[in-house]
Amino acid sequence: MANKISDETIEYVGILAKLELSEEEKEQAKSDMEKMLDYIDKLNELDTTGVEPVSHVFALHNVFREDVVTNGDDSENMLKNAPAVKEQSYKVPKTIL
Amino acid sequence: MTKQYETVIGLEVHVELATKTKIFCGCSTAFGGAPNTHTCPVCTGMPGSLPVLNKQVVEYALAVGLATNCRINRYCKFDRKNYFYPDNPQNYQISQLYLPICHDGGIEIETAAGTKTIGIHEIHMEEDAGKLIHDEWEDCSLVDYNRSGVPLIEIVSEPDMRSAEEVIAYLEKLRLIIQYLGASDCKLQEGSMRADVNLSVREAGTSRFGTRTEMKNLNSFKAIGRAIEAERERQTELLEAGKPVIQETRRWDDNKEYSYAMRSKEDAQDYRYFPDPDLVPVIISDEWIERIKAAQPEFRTEKLKRYRKEFGIPDYDAQILTSSKKLADLFEAATQICKKPKKVSNWLMVETLRLLKEAGQEPEDISFSPENLAKLVLLTEEGVINSSVAKDVFSKIFAENIDPERYVEENGLKTIGDTDALRDTVREIVAANPQSVADYKGGKKKVFGFLVGQTMKAMKGKADPSAVNKLLQEMLG
Amino acid sequence: MDVLKMTALELSEKIKQKEIGVEEAVKASLSQIEKVESTVHAYVTVDAAGALKKAREIQKKIDSGELTGPLAGVPAAVKDNLCTKGMLTTCSSKILGNFVPTYTAQAVENLEAAGMIILGKTNMDEFAMGSTTETSAFGVTRNPWNPEHVPGGSSGGSCAAVAAGECFLALGSDTGGSIRQPGAFCGVTGIKPTYGTVSRYGLIAYGSSLDQIGPVARSVGDCAAALEVLASYDKKDSTSMKRDDCDFTEALTEDVKDLRIGIPGDYLGEGLDPQTKAAVLAAAEVLKEKGASVEEFDLSLVEYAIPAYYTIASAEASSNLERFDGVKYGYRADDCEGLHQMYKRSRSEGFGAEVKRRIMLGSFVLSSGYYDAYYLKALRVKAMIKQAFDRAFSKYDLILGPAASTTAPKLGESLSDPLKMYLGDIYTISANLAGIPGMTVPCGRDDQGLPIGLQLLANCFEEKKMIRAAYSFEQSRSYEAPQMDALQKKKLHTESMQMKEPDADALHMDALHMDALRAGKAVE
Repeated sequence: MANKISDETIEYVGILAKLELSEEEKEQAKSDMEKMLDYIDKLNELDTTGVEPVSHVFALHNVFREDVVTNGDDSENMLKNAPAVKEQSYKVPKTIL
Repeated sequence: MTKQYETVIGLEVHVELATKTKIFCGCSTAFGGAPNTHTCPVCTGMPGSLPVLNKQVVEYALAVGLATNCRINRYCKFDRKNYFYPDNPQNYQISQLYLPICHDGGIEIETAAGTKTIGIHEIHMEEDAGKLIHDEWEDCSLVDYNRSGVPLIEIVSEPDMRSAEEVIAYLEKLRLIIQYLGASDCKLQEGSMRADVNLSVREAGTSRFGTRTEMKNLNSFKAIGRAIEAERERQTELLEAGKPVIQETRRWDDNKEYSYAMRSKEDAQDYRYFPDPDLVPVIISDEWIERIKAAQPEFRTEKLKRYRKEFGIPDYDAQILTSSKKLADLFEAATQICKKPKKVSNWLMVETLRLLKEAGQEPEDISFSPENLAKLVLLTEEGVINSSVAKDVFSKIFAENIDPERYVEENGLKTIGDTDALRDTVREIVAANPQSVADYKGGKKKVFGFLVGQTMKAMKGKADPSAVNKLLQEMLG
Repeated sequence: MDVLKMTALELSEKIKQKEIGVEEAVKASLSQIEKVESTVHAYVTVDAAGALKKAREIQKKIDSGELTGPLAGVPAAVKDNLCTKGMLTTCSSKILGNFVPTYTAQAVENLEAAGMIILGKTNMDEFAMGSTTETSAFGVTRNPWNPEHVPGGSSGGSCAAVAAGECFLALGSDTGGSIRQPGAFCGVTGIKPTYGTVSRYGLIAYGSSLDQIGPVARSVGDCAAALEVLASYDKKDSTSMKRDDCDFTEALTEDVKDLRIGIPGDYLGEGLDPQTKAAVLAAAEVLKEKGASVEEFDLSLVEYAIPAYYTIASAEASSNLERFDGVKYGYRADDCEGLHQMYKRSRSEGFGAEVKRRIMLGSFVLSSGYYDAYYLKALRVKAMIKQAFDRAFSKYDLILGPAASTTAPKLGESLSDPLKMYLGDIYTISANLAGIPGMTVPCGRDDQGLPIGLQLLANCFEEKKMIRAAYSFEQSRSYEAPQMDALQKKKLHTESMQMKEPDADALHMDALHMDALRAGKAVE
């Protein structure tokens, strides 16, 4: 089954992933995705009825922490990496809401 | 002929849990604090950081689920909800979609029309986002991640409500239950309880649901009521005009009393939920559920019965006292100390509620201790201070939680009974008001009150009114 | 006494015997870096001053008896996707070109606590996505055996650094073979442990359910000792396993008589280069002669591992990389009109082509309407692959095969056909899907002189069997290092030069910082 990726799909995925592609890159992305998806379609050759999807290979569960404060104020250090800071906050272009 | 329309409402309520730390890291959840001082690599989405689940969050979620008659998903997981926004440090929110912790519950509400059960579709755990502050001077916004990672439970109801009245009743009942559990203080104004309203309209008698809209930014019960009315009207008008209702999220502006669509083509609303690979599932055993059930506090219905039986408190009063866990706790603790339930009840029902209303506050904001209230009750019982002094002292207790015994000492507020000073004052007042005395002797009994008042004034309110009465009677004959 | 010819264990022993000083060892590494780095370019950041200072501290602790471990005093390198407090951590990406973490990864802390000295951060494929280290935003790393060839990836810098004598031990990360394949290409030994053995806290995530950190060194002994140090239960990582069988150095015995080794016939098919096949089968013979039983078998499902892997890995990666948005750290594009433009431009300008490709694919497979068909399907196939391994390990103790289908390709030949590049991962990828441990040991060279690596896979938690077989095999050969002199000031073909000059403006770095980066020196 040949996957056909439309321009709309690339646009849509670009919005989801917050990536802006040039016209050239879009063409390349379409072709790359099509090839990859064709290859991934191979998985349909396998009959997986009755097989549970497995996220973790090991049946680990109930990993918890106690409700005890362990962190202090490291704001000065963490803000050092920020591209823009104002009033001890991360500065970003105006958000609508 | 205009058709009859029915409003169908469901609620998504987010509640901030009263844990000491955030859901996935050991940062404090304490309110206030300078921006970004309660943060760490985990709750600010630093590369390489990993989440670890706070057990207390699960405990609270289970408690709320059990108290709202939900079924518990014994095997539940966390999923990532992916969307870009600056208050979301990882640009994904860790939530639960596929296997939420609780489902299919319900609570009973009382309305004018009677009792009704509102279904709860599911309850799940998730993390809160940070806060965005819009800068007034520059064209930018500022992000504070102190709130990012604070644990939330989201309670999704079935679309069982039909009016604003039912919605408010549901919220009040939910809030009471959660407060009683100690799981959250549920303050709408502070944002520890947030309600989003899903509303659609359909012709009365039909069974298919209309298209619904979601409304956000509802910060008080009044705003919720107004928003519901406005949206019902808006949708009804559209339907009457034959226009479709668009499924969208709308933001309510309570000042302007209208809502507007929060649509943005930059946001595809496709959250690409998938199980978070950094977290492992939670398996809830029978023992765990039993333990939570056993630890459930006395809920309102039991308290009502107990107050009547044990303290002789009338139903009406008990209803008011149990309408807030804070009030109920205060009542019980103060009564425990001074053993005067009716007096304690009175102080809470009358003066406390009055002062709260004046200050625009809720019972949760009460900051005085049961010890101080109990002391005040005893001081008045023993006649150490009179009732008008008591009222003044109480307002100080309310505002500053002062120790009334010390306050009365320091300010010399003790009632002055039959003393020489009082006799002298009474004599002075009688002497200073010959006309009034004459009027009284002439038959104008009402003048007596004026003379009592004058005496009280001269004694700066500290005189024992009955002693003043007695003395005046003596002197006037 | 040629310091650089020693293994890490030998070096530490000599340091304890006071035949060499820690500072001397560090200086030897630094001097080698100075000689060959301009050719090999294994490092993104070298912290010479810090390393020397640390060396003096460690020396004191060894002298006082405070540090007695078998790797105390050993200079090591760390892949640049592991956070190091105060030291630049870039994932070889422009988008983190100026990122200095406020904390150190647990695995690195373990190394430091054992007395190892971090010389610097090694080059990698951007965000660990790649098999040749050519997708690095800071220039390629060259294979010390032949600088016209790739070192493999994504831990190419770590493996090249060890091979070129620029450190005695290095940390890499392995999501689909990123330690084992470059280890094979560079002629060094590398281990990917059972999932959950080494804490992932501080490892900048690519495929969270697949990532593991592991050691790269010149000998099995070095790797076993390092893995013992790295393995620890970490409360900060919810997927960390509590293990009480991490005494991996106990397995350094030459005894394979009880081991049943299976070679998947599916691995020896057409795609495998004949010289690699010959070397791997010869290695199997050696083990057979030493008493192991060796036979071919059908592993099955091998060809489904790659599509399953790329679906799962890119899905997780697309989500893990969402945090790189120009808001809190890293690269932010200039002059953006509004929030969404800032997101799009920062990410589009900050990420390289391969990363963008995988993010797009990952976002797509998770998107509405496709989640069941792609992502869930892949998770079901993952379960089936695990079952296939369970069946295999009920019959065999170890699975033996190649680590890659060829020796190291030439620079510039792989990136044009991404799918073909992905197919090269066929031998290593399944281990990550099943969570089982794997390792590579050198087993020969091809007629071009490029190294060939043998891969051993064991069942979950059975690293010791794997280490025992590897150790036994290793005794039959001696370690071969590339010709170091040839690496100095090598004349290079301009066509094969894929060196990308880091773009100073785009990185918003000041001149000082840029010079430091280029010179591979410490960044203040």
